[in-house]
Amino acid sequence: MSWDWAYIGDMMPLLLDGLRTALIATVIGFVLAMVLGLVFALLRRSKTAWISVPVGFVVEFIRSTPLLVQLFFLFYVLPQIGIEMSALVAGIVGLGLHYATYTSEVYRAGIDGVPPGQWEAATALNLSTRRTWTSVILPQAIPRSIPALGNYLIALFKDVPQLVAITVAEPFTVAREVIAESFKPFEAITMAGLLYLIAAFVLSYFGRLVERRYGTVRV
Amino acid sequence: MSGAQIGLLAFGAWQTLLLTLGGAALGLLFGFLGGLARVSDVKILRAIGFVYVEFFRGAAVLVLAFWFVYALPMLGWQLEPLFAGMLALGLNIGAYAAEVVRGAIQSVPSSQYEAALALNFTTGQRMRRVVVPQAVVAMIPPFSNNIIELLKASAVVAVVSISELTFNGQLIWSGNGRAASVFGGLLIMYGIMAVVFTILMRLLERRAALSVGRQPDPGMWKRMRRRAEVSA
Repeated sequence: MSWDWAYIGDMMPLLLDGLRTALIATVIGFVLAMVLGLVFALLRRSKTAWISVPVGFVVEFIRSTPLLVQLFFLFYVLPQIGIEMSALVAGIVGLGLHYATYTSEVYRAGIDGVPPGQWEAATALNLSTRRTWTSVILPQAIPRSIPALGNYLIALFKDVPQLVAITVAEPFTVAREVIAESFKPFEAITMAGLLYLIAAFVLSYFGRLVERRYGTVRV
Repeated sequence: MSGAQIGLLAFGAWQTLLLTLGGAALGLLFGFLGGLARVSDVKILRAIGFVYVEFFRGAAVLVLAFWFVYALPMLGWQLEPLFAGMLALGLNIGAYAAEVVRGAIQSVPSSQYEAALALNFTTGQRMRRVVVPQAVVAMIPPFSNNIIELLKASAVVAVVSISELTFNGQLIWSGNGRAASVFGGLLIMYGIMAVVFTILMRLLERRAALSVGRQPDPGMWKRMRRRAEVSA
């Protein structure tokens, strides 16, 4: 077997296109996970058991079942009840929903880390519940959560190759198409894997930068 | 559902269990080797541990599985698919486990090291008889998270045609076209397996805590009973 550079040169633009799709899925999926995670965390703290218990159950269920099967569910089952999504959108929703169950735990820890005196002070100042959350608790809880959130950005990116199963055009899907014509899997699979690996390292480097910049609480 | 379909699901669940347990065994091995290497006094071992952890935490299970199943045969090594899956899972989870092992060993109070030194234990004795038995107790709770991650990751190897639960579910679906019941059923089966693994790991955790003379956290039942007594 020989390593064919010309073959790699031919497929590289296609693979890079795939990587761009993968990065789009990562970024939008992660934004979704950050927003939904906060919603889950707040709902789980609700004093009404009718809200907190079912939300808690759903979150635990999503977290302990495989993303891949959830993707199949979103992409193949939801159209039957009239919710049609393109493969990429289904992938983004799946990633966002799955990782929201992780980020909600991060927010929970961040909220628990706010000293009780802050709650008491908000009560003493007669702030409304909404004001307490938006002006006192969350501005302290969210920066605390950033370092751990960064870890989940990398984790989410590493799950993007699973979108191959619902035909999103990420690098492995591209590699499969290339292989179907060339019958030379070694270079294609290796390059797709390497692209993911390099991108993961770059992302984790930026994650560390963001953490250093925003990860401290300023009072 | 026909008998053949139930058979497929049962076989798939069995393969998933094998993948999870085999992956866990390999992961435990790699985790201990990697974690011990990372706290070693020998610089080159520390470097190897570091590279192992950084590389395999960065490489997704799917990427590894793809590579083992489709690329490695080109180099002349053909792995049994199930074993290729276990290896991909084990290498990946082992990198996370190595960090757990490192953290747990470093969390053993330094007075324990000093006591072992004062008693003239060799390095090997110190690790085997003093440090590791205490560190293991601290490892079990994070390991139980890891094993749930491993169970979930085992579904990923369906993509390289290993006939575990998800793959067989897809087969049934392509036969009968009932996406909702097949994929909903798969989710429930994975959910049940995750609950069983969590309960088993919790029992192990209590066992381990008792074995080094620590009071384990009260279980859910005991907590509920105590609460009932207080309110009565």
